[in-house]
Amino acid sequence: MIEMQQVKKTYPNGVTALNGIDINIDPGEFVYLVGQSGAGKSTFIKLIFREEMASSGQIRVNNKDLLEMKWRDVPLLRREIGVVYQDFKLLPKMTVYENVAFALEVVEESPRQIRKRVMEVLDQVGLKNKARFIPDELSGGEQQRVAIARAMANYPKLLIADEPTGNLDPDTSWEIMKILEEINGTGTTIIMATHSKEIVNTIKRRVIAIEGGLIVRDQHRGEYGYEV
Amino acid sequence: MAMKFRTLKRHFKEGLKNSWRNSWMTLASVAAVTTTLILVAVFLALVLNLNYIASGLEEDVQIKVLVDQTANEEEIEELGEALDGLDNVESVVFSSRDEELQDLMTSMGEQGEAWGLFEQDNPLNDAFVVTAEEPQDTVAIADVIIEDFDYVDRVNYGQDVVQNLFTFNNYARIVGAVLIVALVFTAIFLISNTIKITIIARRKEIEIMKLVGATNWFIRWPFFVEGLLLGILGSILPIAVLFTGYYYIDQNMGAVNQFDFIQLLPFTPFVWQLAGLILLIGAVIGVWGSVMSVRKFLKV
Repeated sequence: MIEMQQVKKTYPNGVTALNGIDINIDPGEFVYLVGQSGAGKSTFIKLIFREEMASSGQIRVNNKDLLEMKWRDVPLLRREIGVVYQDFKLLPKMTVYENVAFALEVVEESPRQIRKRVMEVLDQVGLKNKARFIPDELSGGEQQRVAIARAMANYPKLLIADEPTGNLDPDTSWEIMKILEEINGTGTTIIMATHSKEIVNTIKRRVIAIEGGLIVRDQHRGEYGYEV
Repeated sequence: MAMKFRTLKRHFKEGLKNSWRNSWMTLASVAAVTTTLILVAVFLALVLNLNYIASGLEEDVQIKVLVDQTANEEEIEELGEALDGLDNVESVVFSSRDEELQDLMTSMGEQGEAWGLFEQDNPLNDAFVVTAEEPQDTVAIADVIIEDFDYVDRVNYGQDVVQNLFTFNNYARIVGAVLIVALVFTAIFLISNTIKITIIARRKEIEIMKLVGATNWFIRWPFFVEGLLLGILGSILPIAVLFTGYYYIDQNMGAVNQFDFIQLLPFTPFVWQLAGLILLIGAVIGVWGSVMSVRKFLKV
């Protein structure tokens, strides 16, 4: 699903965020990305859906060469990747339904398909009965579930979650994790950046630890921590 | 990429919705376009008419070759043939000194009768009226006649009037063009700034659209529509002003026009064509301004 070879990223201001990353993530894997703030997690994630371009090295996502990729093909890549953020990034004036439908309108799905798929994914995250609500009327956990539904709408092969539980209380966090596990169970690859020791140590999965722009540990069924 | 009709409909709906939602901004942009286009319309009507008048006068330019009074009939005939043989000359017409006097008297009306005294002793010259094939060659031909021909007393071709008119017209054209370009850019700038303010509010929306894989054109289209709408709305008043104003001037021109050589461009089709042009400029200003303002927000 994701192959990186000697990936380096230096920002225009001279800061080197990643300094030679080699990694291979297979389809269907569930991967935790851990590391201190500023270690390079966010850059790692941004490189995967080409919000940023690597300075050197090789990146292949879903068999697409991201460094060779033309600008106009970037949207097509993003349709294969779902992204979930800590701050949900929902549009406040739109209903839950509209927020999810938005992702399908953009790819020019037919209205019938949109209706069908939106209800499907809302059902998947358990919010079918709140389709008419606006985000402000929902709890944080519910908002994050809407964001997950939106990310899943286009049947992505890869779901990236950047600290999805960062703003949520522990109970709600577990709910979100349950949904992510279900999604992973259907074959979707998941990469989740997190600071939650509890989650990583309870639901044991592959752990990739980044420190100072390098991968310092890559361990299946690993524990939380980013010391060498 | 072919766009589905449904998607086009969505873009139009979004564009209209956004213009409506930001109605004050829309109004400000429309006012900017309106002001610009009124000035553009006035300048264009002025410059195009000056052009038209000048080229009309240009057509009328003829060279009057005044024959030396000492020349005898044979020599006059010789001169006529020589003039006929010149390159780029369309026609050569002889006008005797008596005809010249008649013309003069007629053109001066009542006062002209005084010239009747000269009928016995006509001080005027015989003349050849030479018309060039191309009006632009007039000056060159006149020069050749002065330099190379015998029995020529003087050559008249209204050089001052023609030259002055051309000069004035050229200046008017340049000044007009500079002003129009400056105005158009000001309007584009104003629109792009106005729309930028509304975009800042929509920034999150654009960011999310990009995240879920919207193409840049998908994002741009509603803004394109919005710009188009601003441009078209902005050209309504200028076109109305153009129609009524030109109609009024056209109707009253005859009354004040003592110089019947001044002919304005005819109302139809001129005003219609200019109105079309104004609408086009308005649309281009609107679309350009709005598309320009989204550009920066697309780089996510």
